[in-house]
Amino acid sequence: MRSVWALAAMAALSVLTASTSTLAGEPKQGGVLRMYHRDSPGNASIHEGATYSLNVPFMPVFNNLVIYKQDVAQNSMDSIVPELAESWAWVNDNKTLTFKLRQGVKWHDGKPFTSADVKCTFDMLMGKAQQKFRQNPRKSWYDQVVDISTNGDSEVSFNLKRPQPSLLALLGSGYTPVYPCHVSPAEMRTHPIGTGPFKFVEFKANESIKLTRNPDYWRKGRPHLDGIEFTIIPNRSTAILAFVAGKFDMAFPTEVTIPLVKDVKSQAPNAICEIAPTNVSTNIIVNSSSPPFDNVDIRRAMAMALDRKAFISIMFEGQGDIGGTMLPPPNGLWGMPKEMLETIPGYGPDVKANREEAKKLMQKAGYGPDKHLAVKVSTRNIPIYRDPAVILIDQLKTIYIDGELDVVETANWFPKVARKDYMIGLNLTGNAVDDPDQSFYENYSCGSERNYTNYCNKEIEKLFDVQSQETNVEKRRKLVWDIDKKLQEDVARPIIFHSRMGSCWQPYVKGITVMTNSSYNGYRYEDVWLDK
Amino acid sequence: MFAYLVRRLFLMFVTLFGISIVIFFLLRIVPGNIVDILFAAAGYVDPADKANLEKELGIDRPLIVQYWHWISGFLRGDFGFSYVSEKPALQEILPRIPITARLAGLALLFSASIGIPLGVISAVKQGTKLDYALRVVSLSGLSLPSFWLGLLILTASVAMFGQMPIFNPNPQTWLEAFATYAVPAAAVGFRSAALTMRITRSSMLEVLRQDYIRTARAKGASEAAVNYHHALKNAILPVITVIGIEAAFLIGGLIVTETVFNIPGVARFLVEAIRWRDYPIVQNLVMLIAVVVVFANFTVDMLYAVFDPRIRYTD
Repeated sequence: MRSVWALAAMAALSVLTASTSTLAGEPKQGGVLRMYHRDSPGNASIHEGATYSLNVPFMPVFNNLVIYKQDVAQNSMDSIVPELAESWAWVNDNKTLTFKLRQGVKWHDGKPFTSADVKCTFDMLMGKAQQKFRQNPRKSWYDQVVDISTNGDSEVSFNLKRPQPSLLALLGSGYTPVYPCHVSPAEMRTHPIGTGPFKFVEFKANESIKLTRNPDYWRKGRPHLDGIEFTIIPNRSTAILAFVAGKFDMAFPTEVTIPLVKDVKSQAPNAICEIAPTNVSTNIIVNSSSPPFDNVDIRRAMAMALDRKAFISIMFEGQGDIGGTMLPPPNGLWGMPKEMLETIPGYGPDVKANREEAKKLMQKAGYGPDKHLAVKVSTRNIPIYRDPAVILIDQLKTIYIDGELDVVETANWFPKVARKDYMIGLNLTGNAVDDPDQSFYENYSCGSERNYTNYCNKEIEKLFDVQSQETNVEKRRKLVWDIDKKLQEDVARPIIFHSRMGSCWQPYVKGITVMTNSSYNGYRYEDVWLDK
Repeated sequence: MFAYLVRRLFLMFVTLFGISIVIFFLLRIVPGNIVDILFAAAGYVDPADKANLEKELGIDRPLIVQYWHWISGFLRGDFGFSYVSEKPALQEILPRIPITARLAGLALLFSASIGIPLGVISAVKQGTKLDYALRVVSLSGLSLPSFWLGLLILTASVAMFGQMPIFNPNPQTWLEAFATYAVPAAAVGFRSAALTMRITRSSMLEVLRQDYIRTARAKGASEAAVNYHHALKNAILPVITVIGIEAAFLIGGLIVTETVFNIPGVARFLVEAIRWRDYPIVQNLVMLIAVVVVFANFTVDMLYAVFDPRIRYTD
């Protein structure tokens, strides 16, 4: 009899446990997500900036035509889902991308969303509209788009010069929200109006950014949160301490360094921290238009002197990735496989042998133990730039190059680079989309504004176009590998490493997905909820 | 007296004019402007876009025109718009002033209320263990940078209490409001308290050796009366002078303390504005501070003249 009671009790307990766990898994409505922000963004207009300091707080205000599925960690063509579009189709020999738009969507000020808004946004991005953005850093993304045509209020087409399958990938980025036609770019910088899950409330520079739930959001049952509050805390120590003390539900995404993740875990063991690649590469920009780096041997010697593992071990406690321009696999979709990478001079595992080769090249160029080459290594006066620059200087010593650190204030960095007033520079390149079109055209295309070194190789430029038009993914991947290999062999912009950073949140914050091949696309926050 | 007043007024305006020139041109000497920074943030430089933006903000005009535009606006009370937030500069500056004023006031209060009594005790107990202990404390106060002290306080608070005294913009009670300011004020005021204590001690030691103190003791006055009524009254003058000077120096400490404790005051705002080369904010804010200081000096000069006729006749 006793065992029967015991069995009954166990059965009741298991039913109770099962029901409790179901309840715990169901999103709860309400609550305000409190997050600290690493700095005060210059304005609130995503289209006018190129930092994810803008995307994190303002992506929840907007929608795109399409978006990378927010609960899938790896961005790919397969994870793109409709947002303001209901569906899309490639027509006209893949030269037209047509979207059917969602009906009944309203802007936060109550006006209806139509195809005219899409046309307006992309006309402005292409520089074809009367209204202009104050800054338009991603204009080159739409170089292949001839025009945007509308068919009534609910259909819009992107007409291209040639097929460009990856246009869809660019449209899925957090950098590609649709803006309202009836709000000027100036107003969007101070009071953005979107169709997204959260409405903008206020932005106090150096203080806070507040968003509130959009009750009329087209996706029923979303968002779960009542609002999001970002407190701007530029001092990293204060911010992390405040997170540990429970003042914040979430740390600024992909901003917690590897040593700090350890600190957080030791002081707040319940906190959840994930470390993921950011798709930001640390690289060297070389002024090859003037001596001594107009000499290809010296450029190659420098690239061969790099001990990439040492960089990663010093700066990230071993948690970083070695690769070419494209983020290496498995997180990156287009990076060269390890076997191929190691065939590139300077990427081989034997650093000593690489440096011996490098020394020979230096001697060929007239330098040696008795005649060192003195160079200035310029970089921005920010730790993530400065620290690797110091390591670089140390490594260059091994091949008769005496580097001197030249730290430059942010305000002067790009003007200095633009007027070629540097010998070599330590630079960081962030990729919003893990796609070769974005990376290759933006950073290596002849005449591109972000091609800081003015590297220009017409043969490679042709290959950029070939891979860009290729619709077969496997064929395209192989083309991309070949291009990337050639870029590294040309020492166009030697890649040192791809960094990884941590994101931390309290255990009761649910529905967060850290994207593993971009730190620009995963901040819609409509699925986030607080299990409190 | 009238001639003195006119002379002083004239000097005041000349000083303010000089300050306005220095502020304006020093800012322009610093390399880079807001447009460079905006393009640095966007990661590219487009000469045409850059030129358009410089034109829009008016920083492409000759410096003398820019100066006239600014100073004439300042005199009319038109402070222009922040380059960064695009809001009226005055609207950005005004709400932040009371925050910093409260913090600075509390820091000075902390400095005086801790520094003066401890300085007196240290002087009276000269050569004792207590004196040595207090001197060590004051020396450490002078040696510890306020940012380090601030971080130490924050770390200790989290480690010991699981709480963190960073700025609460909406305190519910008077006590919460006090707590919001008290800890950072103590962090920034600790150095001032140490300095005040040392000055009080040395000043007291000097006064305590005076003949009239011996006379007071000979007349049978109590130690407390001698120390606080006779000695401190005369020793306090240099202390007040130092506290006055410290008030001006506080702004330096406040920049760091406001950053560490994340207080949205005017000191941190000024640094951010300088970083962004937000000329309308920096120029107007520094000019406002200069006007306040110059007016305060002018008032003091007038009061001196009122109380001491020799000044107005000899100046």
